[in-house]
Amino acid sequence: MSVEVSASTYWTGFKTILIKEVTRIVRIWPQTLIPPVITMTLYFVIFGSIIGRRVGEMGGIDYMEFIVPGLIMLSVITNSYGNITSSFFGAKFGKHIEELLISPLPPWIILAGYVSGAIFRALVVGFLVWLVAGFFSGFHMHNVAVTLSILLLTAIVFALGGFINAIYAQKFDDIAIIPTFVLQPMTYLGGVFFSVGLLPGVWEQLALANPILYMVNALRYGMLGITDVSLGLAYFMILLFGAALGWISLMLLKRGTGLRT
Amino acid sequence: MNALEVRDLKKVYRKDVVALKGVNLTVEEGDFFALLGPNGAGKSTLIGIVSSLVNATSGETKVFGISVQKERSRAMAQIGLVPQEVNFNQFEKPIDIVVNQGGYYGVPRRLARERAERYLKKLGLWDKAFGPSRQLSGGMKRRLMIARAMVHEPKLLILDEPTAGVDIEIRRSMWKFISEINAAGTTVILTTHYLEEAENLCRNVAIIDHGDIIENTSIKHLLGKLQVETFVLDLREPNETLPEVDGIEIVQRDPSTLEASIPKSRSLNRLFRVLEEQGVEVISMRNKANRLEELFMRLVGIDEEAA
Repeated sequence: MSVEVSASTYWTGFKTILIKEVTRIVRIWPQTLIPPVITMTLYFVIFGSIIGRRVGEMGGIDYMEFIVPGLIMLSVITNSYGNITSSFFGAKFGKHIEELLISPLPPWIILAGYVSGAIFRALVVGFLVWLVAGFFSGFHMHNVAVTLSILLLTAIVFALGGFINAIYAQKFDDIAIIPTFVLQPMTYLGGVFFSVGLLPGVWEQLALANPILYMVNALRYGMLGITDVSLGLAYFMILLFGAALGWISLMLLKRGTGLRT
Repeated sequence: MNALEVRDLKKVYRKDVVALKGVNLTVEEGDFFALLGPNGAGKSTLIGIVSSLVNATSGETKVFGISVQKERSRAMAQIGLVPQEVNFNQFEKPIDIVVNQGGYYGVPRRLARERAERYLKKLGLWDKAFGPSRQLSGGMKRRLMIARAMVHEPKLLILDEPTAGVDIEIRRSMWKFISEINAAGTTVILTTHYLEEAENLCRNVAIIDHGDIIENTSIKHLLGKLQVETFVLDLREPNETLPEVDGIEIVQRDPSTLEASIPKSRSLNRLFRVLEEQGVEVISMRNKANRLEELFMRLVGIDEEAA
């Protein structure tokens, strides 16, 4: 009799990858959980408290309150992306990804396990930043469902993006290029610190092509009840990117790109 | 039922490097099978394809009748792999490495923990189970990979040079452990450079060279092909006259040591009779080289002097 594979094999496999990821994140908490909180605290102090006092209001609300959703989104994006690139590329570089590649687990379980680990870190960091923000500007929540769903979907989208980056990366430099040269500029230009309506003509149109703008504004709606873009369009954009990146990730994993020779 | 069936397996890497030229191989269930070959012969590529780490260019691989190419998940559930190079996360503890591997095969955590304890104890690693794995010695790391490969209790255990660079005491304890695993019903495929290991442990053997299987038979049958064996004779007293025996080539290595190359058709009695007549007293005798080693070198065309 051969050893059989069932749904419970997959479920146990998924839980194991998630436990392993969460253990890693918690074990190296000074690298994973604390730095983003310190960085965001500095943002609140400098941009919110010191400069924000001179800015006054943005979009009809206090500037300090205005930047909170954007800074939470910035933390979620960078931590979701960064977690999966460092963990998956580290496993590939150290060859222990082979433990999973020779196992009966199908590509979608491996992907789901790593993405869930990234979501865990992104949401824990997002929550910690929210606590810090509460200290500076008080706790605001306009719509809990929109807030949580947008944070979750954004974490998934950027985890998938990070996964694709890790698949193609051959050295550690390769996992630093996209966060530095693509993600950070897109996030800063995605309306974290300003309302897109302040941009002159063509720049406003260009900004609307930035998917992060929709994520930041949808979260701003969830927390403060204001947005520069349609909420429906924001969900559509996020789901579209999530589906496309998810499909690419699965195809790459199934083909064994960068993993199997 | 065959534990492994490989049919016309080809692998061509980039730049047209041909690693496997169309390999055919069968390993029966319960066998202890040796896969031998010089470096770069295609052993690791073959194992890589069987364990799905390498994509085959063409051909088919079946594990207990399940196609690796068509039903990868089911096929992989039957296999445990001990690779040549260390491939676990060296920042993790041995216990976590073994338990997590069980999880990837669907073994519930509590059961994986029990099995991890059992195998780590059997392999003499339990006292290291909760420390950092990067501090383990080379031999311990290899034993940890064996424990990891056994946690889901596979039907086919593949070991790619498990004893390379391991001292003799540890090597013998690993042989004992693997023999017990085989006796309990697990089919074992072993690649090794220690031909003594293959001769002592395995029942059947395949020799691969330049991407082709050049011999696939039982160890007994293979050793039967050895036409001439060379024995080293240690003498009690230094001997000055080289004995002459019809059909046996005798060489004097030093005054107290003779080397006699004896064809299978000749009797050893004849050699000893002549030596006794000439007053030469032999105090001990041994094979010059491992018998399988002699054959292996002939089959893969390695010149002994050059080697």
